This record gives sequence, structure tokens and C-alpha cells, in this order.
Amino acid sequence: MSFGMHIMEGFLPLPWAVVWFAVMLPFIYLSIKKARRLVEQNPKALLLLAFAGAFTFVLSALKLPSVTGSCSHPTGVALGAILFGPVVMALIGLIVLLFQALLLAHGGLTTLGANVVSMAIIGPFVTYGVYALLKRTKLPHWVAVLCGAALGSLATYFATALQLALAYPGGPDGFYGSLVKFTAIFAVTQLPIAVIEGILTVLVVDLLYAYNRQEVESLRNLSIGGEQA
Amino acid sequence: MKRNAILIVIMLALVVYALYSNQGAEFGGADSQAKAVIAELSPGYEPWFESIWEPPSGEVESLLFALQAALGTGFICYYIGYCIGRNKGRAQS
Repeated sequence: MSFGMHIMEGFLPLPWAVVWFAVMLPFIYLSIKKARRLVEQNPKALLLLAFAGAFTFVLSALKLPSVTGSCSHPTGVALGAILFGPVVMALIGLIVLLFQALLLAHGGLTTLGANVVSMAIIGPFVTYGVYALLKRTKLPHWVAVLCGAALGSLATYFATALQLALAYPGGPDGFYGSLVKFTAIFAVTQLPIAVIEGILTVLVVDLLYAYNRQEVESLRNLSIGGEQA
Repeated sequence: MKRNAILIVIMLALVVYALYSNQGAEFGGADSQAKAVIAELSPGYEPWFESIWEPPSGEVESLLFALQAALGTGFICYYIGYCIGRNKGRAQS
């Protein structure tokens, strides 16, 4: 019995494995470029990048029971997406997923592309989009963090369901039938986990702001301010 | 801080409720269920690649997961402690 929630090793047919690797590569390139530039502009960024990575590391080790009677784990990519923008998380997510694929037989090498796309690209982009949108409203900052992290987490698992449905559209109800089935497994299990992920992200952002507000904000301006302008 | 206390209670309640409302459930991974659906949708599908290395037992696997969490938490606490110390140093000088 395995307890993973990424797409399992060998379970994506070769063409799809290749497709998702191809989608992943340009983001990894941009991610490395961006991380390198951040650290060049401000060497202190390295510590905070490592902090975001450590948060992802911890959260993806927490396999939590869900109301569906099965387990899933948070992704932990929201913190980095909120601090640095979504692009950097592709690299951090790749490292975490590689660790899990090699040492824990969790996810896999052939499915690495697909898993990076769902967890380290789609998740962070949704998180960042929701967060940026809500930040412009009058809602308190922590609500924006909570909703961004929770919806990003859900989006990751919806993307996983979509990837599997695309690869296995062969049931009697075709692609949509498969999508409903895989969504029921991944996204529904993830619902309460996503709320937990949102809360944990609020707590850690709070911690950072309490002890290092100045540096966090100056790095955010460096990282995100330039992109939006 | 009161807000965070409430959030932590909600978090615990979600986990406890999941365990309480599904007594007797297996709490396996979502991917085990996905395998079953794949077998149903595409009978005869054989995974074409095996994991290079698998933890030899559940015990070794939980060791690795505990290490993963410990390393991450260790760094997070190191960083926060570093900030606290630095802030104190600045306040004194």
C-alpha cells in the first residue's frame, strides 16, 4: 500500500509523460533565472528562499486524514508564491518532488513533469492570482493569504485529476466520466486539507512578519514589484 | 494572536472530525484509489517504469518522512531564532 497523492511512477503513458516534461522545462528555466537574480540583487534572499523550501518540505511530509476516509497532504508551495511570486516555486517544487520520488517512492521520475506542473506551477500561480486579487480589496491581509493558499492547494489536485483524465479517457463516459472519477478522489479529499494548508500558511506568514517584516517586504518589492509594473 | 488560536482549533477539529466520522476507514493514500480507477478505465494497463528504490518497509518509510519534516522544521526554527537574536542585538546597540 502506498500513501502518496502525486501521480505514481509509471502510471502516465509515455506520450503524456513527455508532454508534461515539455511544459515543465521553460518554467524551470525561468525559475532558475529568477532565483539567481534575486540572490544576486540581495544575498539575504537565499535564506528566505531556503525558508520557503523548508516550509514546502515540512508540509509535503504531513499526510493528513480527510473526511473521505483517505489521506492526502498539503503542498506547502503557497508561502513561496506569496513571498516571491509564483515562478520561483517551480524550482523549489522540483527539488522536493525529486527527493520524494527518489527516496520515498512517492510520485515518480516518469511522472515528475506532470507532478511539477500541478504542484509547483499551477498551484503557485493560482495561489498568487487569488492572493493578489484579494489584496486589492479591503479584506485583511491574512484572509488573502488563507484563500490564496487554500485555492492553490485545491487547484494542484484538480490539475492532477485533469492530467489523469487526459491520460485515461477510456471509460464508458469518456473524458468527462474519467475527470469526475479522478476529481472525486483527489480534489474532494483535498478539500479539508486545503483549509489546513491555508491556515498553516497564515501562521507562518504571521511568524515571518512578526520577526522580519522589513526584510520580507523589501524582498517582495524586489521580487514582485518589478514584475507588476 | 486570538485569531491564530481560533485557526489552530479549526485545524485540529478538521483532522479529528475526519478520523471520527470515518471510523473503520483505511485512510490509505489518494493514489491507491487512483490506481483502482485506472485499472477500471484501462484494464490491462501495466506501469511501464518502476520506482528505482522503495523504502523496504513502512518503518523505514516513516523514518524518511520524519527526517523530511525534521529537516524542514529545523531550518524554519533556525531562521526565526536567527531573526529574534538579530532584532535583539539591534535593539541593544
